[in-house]
Amino acid sequence: MYTGIPRWVAAIAAVGALFVLLPLAAMLGRVNWQQFIPLITSESSLTALGLSLRTAAASTVLCVLFGVPLALVLARGDFPGQRLLRSLVLLPLVLPPVVGGIALLYAFGRQGLLGQTLEIAGLRIAFTTTAVILAQTFVALPFLVVSLEGALRSAGSRYEAVAATLGARPTTVLRRVTLPLVLPGLASGAVLSFARSLGEFGATLTFAGSLQGVTRTLPLEIYLQRETDADAAVALSLLLVVVAVVVVGLSYRGPAPAGSGGRPAHSGVPERVPA
Amino acid sequence: MTFTLDAALAARRFEVSLSLAPGETVAVLGPNGAGKSTLLSVVAGLLRPDTGRSEVNGRVLFELGPGVHTWTAPHRRGTALLAQDPLLFPHLSALENVAFGPRSAGVPKREAREAARHWLAEVDAADLADRRPEELSGGQAQRVAAARALAVDPEVLLLDEPLSALDIHAAPLLRRLLKRVLAGRRAIIVTHDVLDAYMLADRVIVMEEGRITEDGPTREVLRRPRSRFAAGLAGLNLVSGTVTPAGIRSGEGLEFAGQHDAPLVAGQAGVAAFPPSAVSVFLSEAHGSPRNSFRVTVTDLEPHGDQIRVRAGELSADVTPAASADLGLAPGLEVYFVVKAAAVSIYPS
Repeated sequence: MYTGIPRWVAAIAAVGALFVLLPLAAMLGRVNWQQFIPLITSESSLTALGLSLRTAAASTVLCVLFGVPLALVLARGDFPGQRLLRSLVLLPLVLPPVVGGIALLYAFGRQGLLGQTLEIAGLRIAFTTTAVILAQTFVALPFLVVSLEGALRSAGSRYEAVAATLGARPTTVLRRVTLPLVLPGLASGAVLSFARSLGEFGATLTFAGSLQGVTRTLPLEIYLQRETDADAAVALSLLLVVVAVVVVGLSYRGPAPAGSGGRPAHSGVPERVPA
Repeated sequence: MTFTLDAALAARRFEVSLSLAPGETVAVLGPNGAGKSTLLSVVAGLLRPDTGRSEVNGRVLFELGPGVHTWTAPHRRGTALLAQDPLLFPHLSALENVAFGPRSAGVPKREAREAARHWLAEVDAADLADRRPEELSGGQAQRVAAARALAVDPEVLLLDEPLSALDIHAAPLLRRLLKRVLAGRRAIIVTHDVLDAYMLADRVIVMEEGRITEDGPTREVLRRPRSRFAAGLAGLNLVSGTVTPAGIRSGEGLEFAGQHDAPLVAGQAGVAAFPPSAVSVFLSEAHGSPRNSFRVTVTDLEPHGDQIRVRAGELSADVTPAASADLGLAPGLEVYFVVKAAAVSIYPS
């Protein structure tokens, strides 16, 4: 089959792939296999892993909860300030996570914008597990929005228009037409968000601190161990890589083929031969 | 109990006033970009005009103007849309696609499926109920889409070139089917094909540059076209009559043999269609194929592009100016029109 890829492009792609794989291979070479199981099953490791999985799952739920409406508004809406809203929502993608953490601190911390109000309501957020979830949601939300908005745009709104003329209320259209059509895009967006949450470090450390069992997620644990026990840090790093690869590999099916808009293959082009 | 529409949309240079009686089907003809699809979008509520008013059976669809702002959302209008592309929901089976409208109206699942089966049977697609849209051919998908639109029992059924994406085998089948289901139903059908107007519509409107330039009973508009566009369309020779084993016998007793896709049932009504360019003119009875040779009297000659259009009553032929001069054509002259059976299409109506 003709691919149209010049040989030199393939060569550069190979170098690029090597650049990503080489450090992982180098790390793999440093794993202390005799001590591997004890290292990753130590109490602090298991605590950190459990916390990471729980908080990443929670922040993925939050990302879906807020990301789906945001993506819908950005993809389908037509209002002044839409471009600005999109830039702002996507800001955490380019913001250094530590800056995000500081910003969160000034919003939800004790001295922050909402901190006092929350304090009166009896809520303390900074340096709690809630803070971990908020920090992860903050950095992971754009992944879901970008992925879903793309799927919505390429799916187009023609099916939705037909559904409306058939008498379906907007909520019915969303539930029975829009979401099923972009389900693959939503799924890959959620998986990307989960993976990003799992690896979150800077914002978490700044906004939530590093308290074992409460806010010390796996990346923080790895960073801490690296100071004292390089073998433990490498073993945990490998664990994190394996978890991420398993999650992404199981559910992320890659971007949809061009033009299909993340929906099941159906060109809408009539066949020449009636069956 | 009528449907009325007055709408203006400056951005598309669209200004239309239209009304439909109950059970009336109107065909909208016109060149590309004339505003035909805009008309359907405005009726369906997918496009908001600047000003205007529309009402169906006493219910206001929209009323927009200085100080008035009434707007009925598309899902409350009862204006189902059947487009060129079937747009079946790809994640639902054919049955669930047809049941979608009734379900949205709050009909319980079981009853909605019953209704869907009924409408699938109406469009001869009962056996396709469990198929996924990607497993349907273009013609099958469009039949299912028609059933889906009919299942909501729309106040006004909107059809946007429903046949133009179909191949030559599937189109006649769906055209006959539409003729059956549109009978007694209020519908607006946008089409490129003058035959659709003939077979499906009671009335024709011609749109040009966002405005209605002609409006009248189908035969009237095509027989005495006033707009340039309708004149171009009306060029087609259309002879209505009775189906015979070979083709069509016109009211005047002329026999037209031709091609047909659908099986013909002798005795039923039908139409023979052929372009004037397929008609040759002779001064004496032609040799060779004896069929489709008619003795006629020239009533009129007029320039038509670089050809001369020879009219003889309801029929017309295109000849070159040189041939016209050679034959000495003039009104009142008796000539023979000969048309090859291969160029004649026979449609049962």
